[in-house]
Amino acid sequence: MASFTRRKFLKVAGGAAAVSSIGFPAIVGAASKKVVIVGGGVAGATTAKYIRMADSSIDVTLVEPNKEYYTCFMSNEVLSGHRTMDTIKVTYDGLRGHGVNVVHDTVTDIDAAGKKVMTAGGKTLAFDRCVVAPGISFIDNIEGYTGDAMKAMPHAWKAGEQTVILRKQLEAMPDGGVVAIAAPPNPFRCPPGPYERACQIAMYLQAKKPKSKLIIMDSKDKFSKFGLFKQAFSRYFPDHIEWVAAKDGGKVTRVDAKTNTLYVGDTAHKVDVANVIPAQRAGTIAMKAGLTNDKGWCPIDGRTFESTMQKGVHVVGDASIAAPLPKSGYAANSEGKVCAAAVVDMLNGRTPGDPALVNTCYSIVGPNDAISVAMVYDLQEGKLSKVKGSGGLTPKDASAEMRGREVQYAYSWFENIKHDSWG
Amino acid sequence: MGCNKKALVALIGSVFMAGASQVLADPSALMMANTCAGCHGTEGKSVGPASPNLAGISEAYFIDSMIAFKEGTRPATIMDRIAKGYSESQIESMAGYFASLPVYKASVPHDAGKAKMGADVYDKGCAKCHDENGALADDDAGILAGQWLPWLKYSMADFQSGHREMPKKMKKAVQKLSDDEIEAVLHFFASQK
Repeated sequence: MASFTRRKFLKVAGGAAAVSSIGFPAIVGAASKKVVIVGGGVAGATTAKYIRMADSSIDVTLVEPNKEYYTCFMSNEVLSGHRTMDTIKVTYDGLRGHGVNVVHDTVTDIDAAGKKVMTAGGKTLAFDRCVVAPGISFIDNIEGYTGDAMKAMPHAWKAGEQTVILRKQLEAMPDGGVVAIAAPPNPFRCPPGPYERACQIAMYLQAKKPKSKLIIMDSKDKFSKFGLFKQAFSRYFPDHIEWVAAKDGGKVTRVDAKTNTLYVGDTAHKVDVANVIPAQRAGTIAMKAGLTNDKGWCPIDGRTFESTMQKGVHVVGDASIAAPLPKSGYAANSEGKVCAAAVVDMLNGRTPGDPALVNTCYSIVGPNDAISVAMVYDLQEGKLSKVKGSGGLTPKDASAEMRGREVQYAYSWFENIKHDSWG
Repeated sequence: MGCNKKALVALIGSVFMAGASQVLADPSALMMANTCAGCHGTEGKSVGPASPNLAGISEAYFIDSMIAFKEGTRPATIMDRIAKGYSESQIESMAGYFASLPVYKASVPHDAGKAKMGADVYDKGCAKCHDENGALADDDAGILAGQWLPWLKYSMADFQSGHREMPKKMKKAVQKLSDDEIEAVLHFFASQK
């Protein structure tokens, strides 16, 4: 920072410089600018990258236990055999290229008042601002779904080993078998995910095990992109997908992993492959750090994504309460950029500007057929809000040509969001 | 536009507080443009396989496209829904940002033979308006050089089907071309490095 010229400052300050010197912030040249980011999923990685892109004088350390990360998005295509695990794998080399200090370790505690993060590896990392992006953890809402049961009846709701287990079970299942997806109650990561998964698995069954069937046992009576999914179920999979709403006996309350049995109250459903997705809350470290409310999620300020419970600590991604934004990959990426801009402003003595966010979420529901939902968000009266008149769903009567294009744009979304977050 | 005292106070307040943008309550151009990157790539450089690059496209082309998406006069899968989220001044502000970036040409898989044939088609049919092999922003005809092939094909299909209106000169030129020639010139644009 010693060679910080006025010209360079003007460039960094961007729009602020255009407004004369009224309210011009004091340069805090000597102040330390250390950011520690907890978690290297979409939200954490994007925040790290965009902080460094905006201000390379900020020291960014990202702590993530895994050396390789598998994206949840497009992991349903691994289950159907349409893509390999390799294609959903990302590494942290890209972030290192941006000058992010990536540490493979597990955060055990965050001391917001003392401004430090402790790790299982025995490190203490001091910060000026901390960004927590821990994703989700599971709530014990299904009796018997603990420990080994999670391997016998994989959730595959965190991609990686779990995805591989579920794929192998599908491959090993005999023709004529029954696959069950136990879908979770709201709110949860990737609201259309269980239903896209049903379509993907059904495509595999149709091709390889046509006498088999998939049943979605739901904890809800309605779900994301409801009409479009119901249309896809009946258009492509009338004999292969059955959806059972909670009110019709779909809500799984107990499992017996030894016999692959799902229970709805006292009614037993014995199946061949059980994909059990439990209820969710913020990642464990968020609870330990005092960032969660009584429902297990992290309240934040919509302008900065700073926690309203712990000053100096921000929460982004699925763990945060950013409604009306959904818990999606695109939202996590968008939130990471808003948080990054706010952190850069705050560390440079500027007041963060207004945020702009977008969500775009594709589901591939059939052969050469994808649907999407999109929305633009801003801050209205201090609250994250949908921009009126924007967004919405793929029209139900969209032509086959346009649905086919949506598949190609879904793949473009996938490649670009991977690169934008980790590359 | 009415200007009351309250709004003026708010305006001055925002300048004092944020020292920020010219337009009250608009996020910065960069803040808005960054939301596009999830599909169009960091700084408008798409890694494909279909979404177009935005880096370096002209302000006029960006604004025309977004307004057309917003008003439903240009066919879209998702951009019509997204464009409706921005005011004209916000669209202008994003246009300024993307126009300020250098033109980006992606390495697009293409058929070299078709691209070679396409070079002749380009010379006789397209060069007048799509300058510098489709890489010049100042012609306001969009950047075609180094764009992803599926997007080039979708765009041409929309023009030919009549779902997207062609400028008169383009209509005349396209009518003279065979399907093979059109295919070839799209490969030519995709092949530009």
